[in-house]
Amino acid sequence: MNCGSFAEMSQIQHHIPEHVLAAYASGNLPFEFSLVVAAHVSMCLECRASLEAHQAIGGQLLESIPDMGISDGLKSDVMALLDAPEKAAPVYSRSGIYPGPIMEALKGAQPKWKALGGGVRQSILSHEPTGSVRLLHIPPGMAVPDHGHNGLELTLVLQGSFSDEAGSFGPGDVEVADDDVEHTPIAGDGLPCICLAATDAPLRFRSFLPRMLQPLFRI
Amino acid sequence: AVDISAETAWMIAVRDDRCRESFGALFDHFAPRLKGFVMRSGTSAEHAEEIVQDVMLTVWRKASYFDPHRAQVSAWIYQIARNRHIDILRKEKRPIPEALKEEPDAEPDAGQILALEQETQELKLAISRLNDDQRTLIEKAYLGELSHQEIQKQTGLPLGTVKSRIRLGLERLRHELRELR
Ligand SMILES: [Zn+2]
Ligand SMILES: [Zn+2]
Repeated sequence: MNCGSFAEMSQIQHHIPEHVLAAYASGNLPFEFSLVVAAHVSMCLECRASLEAHQAIGGQLLESIPDMGISDGLKSDVMALLDAPEKAAPVYSRSGIYPGPIMEALKGAQPKWKALGGGVRQSILSHEPTGSVRLLHIPPGMAVPDHGHNGLELTLVLQGSFSDEAGSFGPGDVEVADDDVEHTPIAGDGLPCICLAATDAPLRFRSFLPRMLQPLFRI
Repeated sequence: AVDISAETAWMIAVRDDRCRESFGALFDHFAPRLKGFVMRSGTSAEHAEEIVQDVMLTVWRKASYFDPHRAQVSAWIYQIARNRHIDILRKEKRPIPEALKEEPDAEPDAGQILALEQETQELKLAISRLNDDQRTLIEKAYLGELSHQEIQKQTGLPLGTVKSRIRLGLERLRHELRELR
């Protein structure tokens, strides 16, 4: 999408791809990527509008579903519950550079950083056999080891910047890398680069040592 | 000419006046469809009704978040149903974006609401013009299970056509941005 007014307002250059937004809207995206989408949409009105367009398509299809008929008592049950007290779920709001959905994943606390070597730190938000999502803290000028991917990787910049073969990424930008991408992101000057990175498969590091360390650091 | 749809009017009455009759009308319209929606992914009829109950209660409780300038009722309820269904199926809390809440004293902009209705009519038309294969695909994507990879392989067809119909949300957001500056 090309919209001048947003360019003035927001510096975001790299957005969530359409198929990922569609999968998110329709509930077909795994947790780790959903967190990146929810965090980016919290920062990006352009993707929020696209997401709402996908929801409109879903809404139209919902309208077209044939009437299934419902049990007799269901409506009166619901009407009777309208005044029942509700147990309100906590709402996590933005804290500094962390949008609400990330604060929720952190359960309202600040990240607990663990050193990864070379000044790089990580805070794992979720780690399942099917995928993982973590915060990374990379000092200015520092490289994340050269690696390839077995699946999809989405990286959202929250502070500072990084650049690699695919371009340069600042706050709010999302880098999309998949199977065939091998890249070496290097943090830009200025503030340390803090980003949210999600993968659906372990990363493959090229050099021998990091690969050995992979299980240790759960990368 | 397009009028504000009955659904939108009901939802505004629920939001602003906590109107039970209007909520009942929304229930009659959406509950049977929501049941069909939930059952598509293999949920039993009985369990589906529990989810319908949950979704409709959320519609009542979260009504203050409904913004007729940005969303049709069907789109708003679709999104609530998707969230609830996934939370229950996967036993996890699905991450959702921070809510944008309208200024409490914001006057409804009838022109904007009507323009969205118009746009939705166009969207409906665009969907009805899809051929059978495309329609099956888009239903699979939005009502069922298609991974992002599978959706990516298919984006050529319906997504582009259909999505180009909905830009008003974007226009509205641009408008809000100007006010923020
Ligand atoms: Zn975006
Ligand atoms: Zn990578």
